Amino acid sequence: MSSQIPVKQIDPATDASSNKKKPETVELYASRKKIYVKSVQGLFQRIRFFSLWALMGMYFLFCWIRIGGEPLILFDLPAREFHLFGTTFFPKDFILLSGMLIIAAFGLFFVTTLFGRVWCGYTCPQTVWTFIFMWVEEKVEGTRNKRMKLDETRNNIEKVVKKSLKHGIWLGIAFATGLTFVGYFYPVRELAIDLFTLQANGWAYFWVGFFTVATYSNAGWLREQVCLYMCPYARFQSVMYDDDTRVVAYDFNRGEPRGGRKKTASKEELGLGDCIDCGQCVQVCPTGIDIRDGLQYECINCALCIDACDEIMDKMDYPRGLIRYATEHELEGKPSKIFRLRTVGYGIALLLMIGALVFTLVSRVPIELDALRDRGALYQMNGRGMIENSYTLKVQNMTEVPQTFSLSVSGLESAHILTDTQFRLGAGENLSLPTVIEVSPESVTDTNNDIMFTVIAAGNADLRAGTESRFLGPRR
Amino acid sequence: MSTFWSIWISVIVLGTVFGCWWLLWATRKSQTTDKETDRTTGHSFDGIEEYDNPLPKWWFHLFTATCIFALGYLALYPGLGSYDGLLGWTQENQWEEEMQQANAKYSELYAQYGNVPIPELAQNEDARKMGQRLFANNCAVCHGSAARGAIGFPNLTDDAWIWGGEPDRIVETLHQGRQNAMPAKGLMPNMSNSQVEAVVNYVLSFSGRERDAALAEQGSQIFGQACAGCHGQDATGNPTIGAPNLTDEAWLYGSTYEWIKETVTFGRQNQMPAQEGRLSDDQIHVLAAYVYGLSRRGE
Repeated sequence: MSSQIPVKQIDPATDASSNKKKPETVELYASRKKIYVKSVQGLFQRIRFFSLWALMGMYFLFCWIRIGGEPLILFDLPAREFHLFGTTFFPKDFILLSGMLIIAAFGLFFVTTLFGRVWCGYTCPQTVWTFIFMWVEEKVEGTRNKRMKLDETRNNIEKVVKKSLKHGIWLGIAFATGLTFVGYFYPVRELAIDLFTLQANGWAYFWVGFFTVATYSNAGWLREQVCLYMCPYARFQSVMYDDDTRVVAYDFNRGEPRGGRKKTASKEELGLGDCIDCGQCVQVCPTGIDIRDGLQYECINCALCIDACDEIMDKMDYPRGLIRYATEHELEGKPSKIFRLRTVGYGIALLLMIGALVFTLVSRVPIELDALRDRGALYQMNGRGMIENSYTLKVQNMTEVPQTFSLSVSGLESAHILTDTQFRLGAGENLSLPTVIEVSPESVTDTNNDIMFTVIAAGNADLRAGTESRFLGPRR
Repeated sequence: MSTFWSIWISVIVLGTVFGCWWLLWATRKSQTTDKETDRTTGHSFDGIEEYDNPLPKWWFHLFTATCIFALGYLALYPGLGSYDGLLGWTQENQWEEEMQQANAKYSELYAQYGNVPIPELAQNEDARKMGQRLFANNCAVCHGSAARGAIGFPNLTDDAWIWGGEPDRIVETLHQGRQNAMPAKGLMPNMSNSQVEAVVNYVLSFSGRERDAALAEQGSQIFGQACAGCHGQDATGNPTIGAPNLTDEAWLYGSTYEWIKETVTFGRQNQMPAQEGRLSDDQIHVLAAYVYGLSRRGE
């Protein structure tokens, strides 16, 4: 460290333009560019048409259906009862709900591994409502080109009428959606009448309003923004992709080099691929991407570009499938497998889950019995010299009909119930039953004895439930 | 809260809100292009890189909206030190409001039973269920969920009523509570140990459990002086002053020789808390009917 480091003066590079000028900056936050989606007809659009009607039909009709006076589906939160297809579920059945959600999750994983984001493209409510809203837009404002022109024109009578009509219909659909949604939590017949006669409770108005606004803004204004920036599934579904996942893909080997040509021209002479660069696939894409750039996280596998491209290929007399559902391996000319660790694993897990759920549902006994010993109490000696313990039994009848139950206790000889052993419970009713057991001192061998309460429904010995508890006695 | 801490908290809270807001505004310009490109931020997270593309504008608006919401919330509700908020909301207010709502809602239910005579009400299934729930919440802690009592806590399901089991007496007991005091050695403070043993033998003789007949004979004399003033000459008790009947099967403080000797030697103090003010008159009425019905199951 003895020699000195020579000092050099280094001047900054002088550039006449950028001298004394800050570097160019732009907004970090870009406004959403409105996507004008061109409507298209084809095989996959037809498939979606059916899935859309089936799902919408179920959604809008199921809350109105009653079977034998019981609603088909009603999540009665205040009463803490879930009515689903003629069975009533109670809070203790939440494990079943989690089971169903787990099955739904595994179903999503399984399908995604096979076919990518088809859930997004065909069945996701965001997609389904967006397509309905786009259909309305098309009907009111006209085709893609007309809509673009309309947005560019100044406000005039025609524009105001069309825009108001469109938003009016959107709000109407959104209101129906909100009303239906709340109708799954509150009997929809009463709700509909009460809402229009201004009799409903403030919260009902709030939630119907909330879901109306949410539907209107998500399907009308935000659209692909939901899939791109909000949806959690979109973020992690890409993780389930592999090279054998069937996704919407552009066959670059066949399409490139792309270029326009006359229909009569020979592409071999021009040295072009099959893609005529017409831009249809971009114009129909609801997320506004160009599928020819390869697989992108925005793609929801809705296959509109496939329909659009196939139409063009037919016109050009080229074979279909320049854009098609294909796997990475297929595009590279390798064979692709359906059966592989992921699909088989997910498939087995899914089957196991479904099996476990079905078993749980079939073997579910619709009675709940819990025994609570009195807090802070040990035992009492009664006037007859017997030892007493007090309990509160919680019994719930989870069936759809009233039942008469009989209560018995086992585990200690000479155990005898001093309180009611016969009681009647209405459908879904629960009861707190103060219960006293008396046992002669000779039988109480220990300070802490295991006992078992059992309730059996009259006329149906299979309808029974048991629970363990403790009987405390004196020290010997 | 002292002024210092109040200011301290307010400054930190508001500073955080405005700081976030400033950060958002200060960083809203960047040197990227506003077109989508393949350029990344340059950092590689295990081979995963991040595109350097513009973010959606509505994020910016949403974040601004959350800041405005925070300020609005802090203006309306207490959050800034000792500032009370424009709405004057407090936990106690909310609790009182909800209690009032609940009382308004349930008082109607109780009111329908308010004028029904108790013996009649004790037969009413719905009223009994209400009473049972009231009992479980307010009485079961001492008397047990099945009202069987314990040492020092009366059993309410038998026919022995220390303060009387007539409907109006039960209501009175619930309203005012009860104070019981048995003085040590009754009215004979100078009672000797052997005299105590004698009295105990006498008391046990009512249920045929005396250890020594001669002592019991002797105890009868002492009982007349020391105990009969409250418990009566025939030892059947006096409900008006809460003196228990000593000739039945019910023993508030244990039925064995040792327990009774303990009671006579040291006396007993007992208190049942008054329910007035905790429960409404109608609630007490329903509760009294439930308790009345407990000991009269077969009727």
